Amino acid sequence: MRIAVCVKHVPTGTLRMRPEGGTLDRNGPGELNPTDKNAIEAALRLKESADAEVVVVTMGPAAATESLRTALGMGADRAVLVDDDAVAGSDFLATSRVLAAVLDRESPDLVLFGQQTTDGGGAVLWAAVAERLQLPFLSQATTLDLGDGLITVERETEVGNDSIEATLPAVVAVSDAINEPRYTSLKGMMAAKKKPLDTLTASDLGIAADAVGVAGSQTVVLGVGAPPARAGAATVEDDDGTAAQVIFDYLAERDLV
Amino acid sequence: MSLLVFLEHHEQALTPGSLGVLTRAAALDPDVAAVLVGGDDLVALAREAGRHGAATVFHATDVSASPLPGPRIDVLADLVRRIRSFDTILLSNSVLAGDIAAGLAARLDAGLNWDLVDLELRDGEPVGTQPMLQDSVVAEVGWRSSPRVALFRPGSFDAVPSATEREPAIESLTVEPTPHTLAARAISRTLHTDEGPSLDAADVIVAGGIGLGSAEGFDLAEQLAGMLGAAVAATRAAVYKGWYPASAQVGQTGKTVSPKLYVALGISGAVQHKVGMQNSKTIVAINKDPHAPIFEFSDLAVIGDVHTVVPELVELLRKHTG
Ligand SMILES: Cc1cc2nc3c(=O)[nH]c(=O)nc-3n(C[C@H](O)[C@H](O)[C@H](O)COP(=O)(O)OP(=O)(O)OC[C@H]3O[C@@H](n4cnc5c(N)ncnc54)[C@H](O)[C@@H]3O)c2cc1C
Ligand SMILES: Nc1ncnc2c1ncn2[C@@H]1O[C@H](COP(=O)(O)O)[C@@H](O)[C@H]1O
Repeated sequence: MRIAVCVKHVPTGTLRMRPEGGTLDRNGPGELNPTDKNAIEAALRLKESADAEVVVVTMGPAAATESLRTALGMGADRAVLVDDDAVAGSDFLATSRVLAAVLDRESPDLVLFGQQTTDGGGAVLWAAVAERLQLPFLSQATTLDLGDGLITVERETEVGNDSIEATLPAVVAVSDAINEPRYTSLKGMMAAKKKPLDTLTASDLGIAADAVGVAGSQTVVLGVGAPPARAGAATVEDDDGTAAQVIFDYLAERDLV
Repeated sequence: MSLLVFLEHHEQALTPGSLGVLTRAAALDPDVAAVLVGGDDLVALAREAGRHGAATVFHATDVSASPLPGPRIDVLADLVRRIRSFDTILLSNSVLAGDIAAGLAARLDAGLNWDLVDLELRDGEPVGTQPMLQDSVVAEVGWRSSPRVALFRPGSFDAVPSATEREPAIESLTVEPTPHTLAARAISRTLHTDEGPSLDAADVIVAGGIGLGSAEGFDLAEQLAGMLGAAVAATRAAVYKGWYPASAQVGQTGKTVSPKLYVALGISGAVQHKVGMQNSKTIVAINKDPHAPIFEFSDLAVIGDVHTVVPELVELLRKHTG
């Protein structure tokens, strides 16, 4: 079977806006989105028990190759990068179009997603990709079980825990509680250098340039400002052991004790 | 604008987030419609929606063991395409609603803006307010498409029954599920059982995070809660460590609370935690790191060690109550 894992190369550390505003500054160092490692780990564990090929897929700039190498170093077999000026600036909807096109070509039995990107993601991309592929999708999975043409997952929601199943092929987004991702060994990183990494453009995927990127996006950032400050906030430092009294007085003044 | 609000409900109750979004939508569009899908008594819930401003409530039955997004995407898409050309679909975020919003957006080729904390009309065009970059900046966002989908941060709006109480027009729908909707099935759902005072109703909440150090550290939170008549909450990181039950988790994938007082013990203030508690009236945070993000949205920021400050505070409260 074939398992595709969608991953993203995200900026490391504190996020900043570009001076001209509106978009994120992506010129600094980047890394594999942390919760996407859980999805790769889940795929690798399935591969240990089933005969599977694990393909990692990303849409991003050339620098995203670094994250794909990390994924290959963890043990994925192959990587696909969609790198094209035409797709730069894609919003969620345009991104889902590109990923769906790649996945359509790969026709995997199972597509895994991570929980959320750290650079402003809405933790929702899988649903749009699955919908475009007309596949069932399950999110927040904390366990995965492959059966005969079927995947069963346990998942967490605000109200309770669900057990749900889907007929393969299916799309599953995993929770970061699902596993502890492995580290990439030096040996793994050496092996990763020899693994196939394909780079595609929008036109390779048969996507018109105006259907993706800024032109193909349906959302716009109109302006960016500073968040409203919390009025009347106070700070105390407990260097002389009086903080408890300050808290007590603060609560007492507000009738909270 | 012609607005359609998706109403989430569990165990015979509409979620506060959904009712809040409906309240806001009714202020923008007096003809606002709402959608209910599920196995609850939908007519009773429709009346409740009417009290919060819904002029029309569409409902469709789905009796699966737990609510899945597919049948709801099918209903919403059918409504927009076939019944009335709503131009904006609004949802309060949750594990379920996020999946619905994104699936629906792809199905309708509609732009989706998420994590909105407000929506207003400017020159007749909807403009959303969206905190970004760990809430360090706030953006104004718009849509180029119609229809469009707006997904709100829970707790963004209070649920206010409208002054002019009206009976909504209630319409039942039957929608043919798409094949891929049928390819996902719910087997079972185990509801979280609340242990101790319920978080939803609590006026005061004492919440603990990784800074409490251990499951025993939560004894400190419980002692303080005991003195303040508070319920105890936890961060997801503490829940994952097994220090406190999942039913007590506050945040994006837990509960959304808005007590009069929220005391955060050893909590960094990650945005996923913040979204569940930022509407608390007064926030007091104790953290030993002066740069902890939680201090950016605390009313009283206490830079100190929970293991020294909390026992002293408990002692002061004990003396006070005698
Ligand atoms: C999709 C997604 C959903 C999520 N949903 C949620 C959610 O619903 N709820 C939630 O809470 N999180 C959620 N998270 C996790 C969230 O991102 C944070 O990881 C989590 O909130 C951190 O918990 P914490 O503050 O307890 O731990 P940490 O971030 O580790 O912070 C511990 C804090 O304690 C302080 N500290 C340490 N020792 C002491 C001491 N002795 N005295 C005082 N202070 C001390 C430290 O300075 C630090 O600031 C989610 C994450 C993702 C990706
Ligand atoms: N550009 C991308 N390329 C491939 N996969 C992505 C991309 N962006 C997000 N993803 C996947 O979608 C998941 C959810 O992302 P998001 O909806 O942005 O929070 C991530 O954890 C990744 O698995």
